[in-house]
Amino acid sequence: MNSRIIIVNVIRWFLLLFVQIFLLKNMGFYDLSTPFIYVLFLLLLPFGIPNILLYLLAFGTGLTLDAFYDTMGVHATACVVLAFVRISFISISLNRDAIDDPEPSLSYMGFQWFSLYAFLCVISHHLVLFFLETFRLTEMGYTLMRCGLSCIFTLLIILLVEFIFYRRTPR
Amino acid sequence: MRNLWIFISRYNAFFLFIIFFTVGIYLTVKNNSYQRSVTLNSTNQIVGTAYERLNVFKRYLNLGMVNDSLAAENAKLKSQLLSLTTIDTAKDVNVVDTVTNQDYTYLAAKVIKNSITLRNNVMTINKGSIDGIKSGMAVIAPQKGVVGFIRDVSEHLATIQSLLHKDTKISVTLKKNNALGSLVWGDGNFDIKKAFIKEVPNHIKMYVGDTVVTSGFASFPKGILVGRISKPNVATNDNFLSGEVNLFTDFSTLQYVYVVKYKKAEEQKALESAIKPNE
Repeated sequence: MNSRIIIVNVIRWFLLLFVQIFLLKNMGFYDLSTPFIYVLFLLLLPFGIPNILLYLLAFGTGLTLDAFYDTMGVHATACVVLAFVRISFISISLNRDAIDDPEPSLSYMGFQWFSLYAFLCVISHHLVLFFLETFRLTEMGYTLMRCGLSCIFTLLIILLVEFIFYRRTPR
Repeated sequence: MRNLWIFISRYNAFFLFIIFFTVGIYLTVKNNSYQRSVTLNSTNQIVGTAYERLNVFKRYLNLGMVNDSLAAENAKLKSQLLSLTTIDTAKDVNVVDTVTNQDYTYLAAKVIKNSITLRNNVMTINKGSIDGIKSGMAVIAPQKGVVGFIRDVSEHLATIQSLLHKDTKISVTLKKNNALGSLVWGDGNFDIKKAFIKEVPNHIKMYVGDTVVTSGFASFPKGILVGRISKPNVATNDNFLSGEVNLFTDFSTLQYVYVVKYKKAEEQKALESAIKPNE
């Protein structure tokens, strides 16, 4: 059981990063909307993961992305923020002791919870990402627009992927 | 200690976040040239502005030192100027050593105690015998005007018997006709901006606005500006005229003075003391 989770997550990690780096990196609408689907890996990590491991994974994933995007540290920082939002949201919205679902995916948690969870995580990630990339407040409007449009794009793809791999499980 | 540990482990998500976030930002700024340049520029700007602000205060604190150095420089320039003007151009000889020709040198001193409200006013300066100051030396004001004479000298300090003293008498002349007189203060007038020129011969005509300068007969160099006549031709009982003089010296704001060292003072004194009073 435990090894199965690890294998699934490793495969997911390689798959998502492969798609992100070799497909989505070349995509973008007028430099306004760029999807970052790889955050789905961090969203779908199991509930029981220790915080330190979550942060390390987030940081490592971000660094890997940075290596390919030539933006050392930007994605890593954004992913760390995402990890923090994830921990906070889960601890606020769910009773820690009553969690018996293995991972916070659409199949287990339902559309309403998952979409809010994904939205919060993705928007915080994108905000940090774009503002760190621009690194100035004078182009605030443009940055916010890019951030919002990319967020919508990413969320759409995440929901799409989740619906594709949707498994009806007894809740 | 244990409570602190419990606190940290309970909120470990937040503390870990802080650590990882800091590392991320550090990496971002360190490895991306644009972000680094922005960060460096803005910090430089902040630091620069801070230093600028600080410098204003620093400059203000250093004013004393700057003043001292300026006064010293001024004294040097004044002695140089004097050495240039004392060259006797009327004679057709080459003066090789101009410095020995110079009778007067100036020494800048700071007034550390001043009084203007008494009948007999004395001030104290921060130079003494170690700087070569001797009793009886003349003291003049920085821009123009006379101050008084050195009275007592200690090792590092000296007192000045200022013009505002009943015993002070300075030999002066009217600049336009070299008519001799003495400058005194007091006699029912205790205005620090006014003094009297006395013992001017009766046939001399004084006018309002005539310039009064030192005569050069005493320890003052010749031609130091003293003041302007404001009330001329006040008749006295004797055969002399008096006049009221508006002093150039502002005793109330005096901060620096120049002590005039007269090289031949002792020689002159010795020579003159040879003349017997009743000769």
